Amino acid sequence: MNTPIAVDARNIGKIYATGKDAVTALGDVSISIEKGEFFTLLGPSGCGKTTLLRCIAGFETPTSGSIHLSGRDITYIPPNQRPVNTVFQSYALFPHLSVAQNVGFGLKMLGKPAGDVAKAVARVLALVKLEDFADRLPQQLSGGQQQRVALARALAPEPEVLLLDEPLSALDLKLRKEMQSELKRLQTETGITFVFVTHDQEEALTMSNRIGVMSQGELLQVGTPHDIYEHPVNRFVADFIGETNFLEGVVEGHQVRIGTGDALDVVLDGQVGAVTLAIRPEQVSLTTAGAGIAAQIAETTYLGTDTHYDLKLGDGSHIIARVQSKSAGTFNVGDTVSIAIDAKAVQVLKS
Amino acid sequence: MKGNGAQRSKGANGWLLSAPALVLLVFAASGPLLIVAVYSVLEKGDYSGVRWILSGDGWFRVLFERDIFDQTVSFADANLSIFWRSVKLSIATTLITFAFGLPTAWFIATRPAKSRAFWLFLITIPFWTNLLIRTFAIMEVIRNEGILNTALINAGLISEPIQILYTDTAVLIGMAYVYLPLMVLPLYAAIDRFDFRLIEAGYDLYASRLQVLRGVILPIIKPGIIAGSILVFIPSLGAYVTPRVLGGGKNMMIGNFIELQFGQGQNWPLGAALSTLLLLVVLVSLLVYTRVSSRDTPHE
Repeated sequence: MNTPIAVDARNIGKIYATGKDAVTALGDVSISIEKGEFFTLLGPSGCGKTTLLRCIAGFETPTSGSIHLSGRDITYIPPNQRPVNTVFQSYALFPHLSVAQNVGFGLKMLGKPAGDVAKAVARVLALVKLEDFADRLPQQLSGGQQQRVALARALAPEPEVLLLDEPLSALDLKLRKEMQSELKRLQTETGITFVFVTHDQEEALTMSNRIGVMSQGELLQVGTPHDIYEHPVNRFVADFIGETNFLEGVVEGHQVRIGTGDALDVVLDGQVGAVTLAIRPEQVSLTTAGAGIAAQIAETTYLGTDTHYDLKLGDGSHIIARVQSKSAGTFNVGDTVSIAIDAKAVQVLKS
Repeated sequence: MKGNGAQRSKGANGWLLSAPALVLLVFAASGPLLIVAVYSVLEKGDYSGVRWILSGDGWFRVLFERDIFDQTVSFADANLSIFWRSVKLSIATTLITFAFGLPTAWFIATRPAKSRAFWLFLITIPFWTNLLIRTFAIMEVIRNEGILNTALINAGLISEPIQILYTDTAVLIGMAYVYLPLMVLPLYAAIDRFDFRLIEAGYDLYASRLQVLRGVILPIIKPGIIAGSILVFIPSLGAYVTPRVLGGGKNMMIGNFIELQFGQGQNWPLGAALSTLLLLVVLVSLLVYTRVSSRDTPHE
């Protein structure tokens, strides 16, 4: 596997202001984004993901470190000389220009002949299915259509990398789902490297080839959606991506003894002493009684395909189980059940 | 029924509310204008005033003059040059106030919200003092023994004072100073509404600084530019005090020339014809200007 690297950020630090007002937006972030990849920067607001994106776009200059685009150092190159385009969260469409003029803006600024610009605009508008809206003004379009214009405008100059700053956050749920698959399709069709910023973990999981999870200016984990979901490196990642149960325990041989006194089989990787176990709710299976950890059903929530059970353990701690509704046996509040968890489904995190 | 009544009384109130302004407009603006228009087609009185006899002489004298000895008719070059100077100085004033006003308005609009009120307040300070006094203050600065020349001579940069007072330059300085706030305020209002993220979008799409200014910022703040230009150009064209004080007797503008006809010249019909012509020029240039400048902005 030797895919060429599109964006290579090395030891990026960004500190705003100086002295006691100094705010560290990015600590020491290194990241390699491969050509043709759909890469997502995921994290809560204020984690530095947008700052990192703006450093790649050229709107911010990192305080330390360097950024390379296809091997070329672009750290101090102004944004209008970077073959990188951005889809802004607010769309930032030019209100005085028609849809076609908006889409053609970049190519026109690059000095392309009018005929070539018109051809490219028609092609990109067809790509985002807005052929019939070329002469409209942005304010005459719906939010979803404006979103497509913003995409078309950023794609028209055929950038090496397309940056997307939470572009779907202003859309309603249904439209957002549509645009997610639309974005995925556009990325596959154009083969352009997409760097997508979002705080929505579901969005990140469904669209990305790889995800970088950020928190407080640090990059915590980079991996495929499967990696990130199944093997989170720490409690923050496990908690941020999907729902997770956390149980405190102590390593004893090949097992971890939890608060209830029960010992769980786990796959250890050299961990000793106090650990935290991260268990996805869908990995918790319930049986009427018998072997396993005893628990009492505190609450049930019917979610259609699945049912959520809030289980109270012997030591007073709680654990959530997500069980397919059609599976045999339903339980009621107050029932005593037995919990079984597959050893391979338990993530052992340092406490 | 109740809803209908409320709606109807609202409509009636709306009309009533505008009545005082309407009365004022009719009696204080349209009335005198009508009198001026009528006077322009009457015969000139012996010393001043008019005789109630219909005559085209007022309008004739706008463009032509008749030799007092042999009655030959020739173009009134002096009148035309005064008109031309007025238009030229007014356009120059508009351009100068725009060149100075745009960075000023941009500066104010990009300050933190708290300090903007302070900067706007500074812009309005000149309105506190009478125009005549402010104009004399400028005179004090630029006259031969004034602050500017004295400072330059003391600094050894010049040996002789520069003659600025009583030139077109003096008139321009004065008018640019007086009308600058009228340019800054509408520009500020337009820039204040401007979405600064569009500048980043422009840079992102390979535009240079100049291209962002010309292709993004200026077209979007165009309503402010139009408003400011109109607010500066129109009073400039009719300026009276500034050219009178700073331009001296020679560098007259149309406003001074009109005043001359009603005073020393004792030719009220000519003064009235010149006034009416000025009004027409302003109206036509306004129409043309707004038509031309709003051509590409269907949303404005």
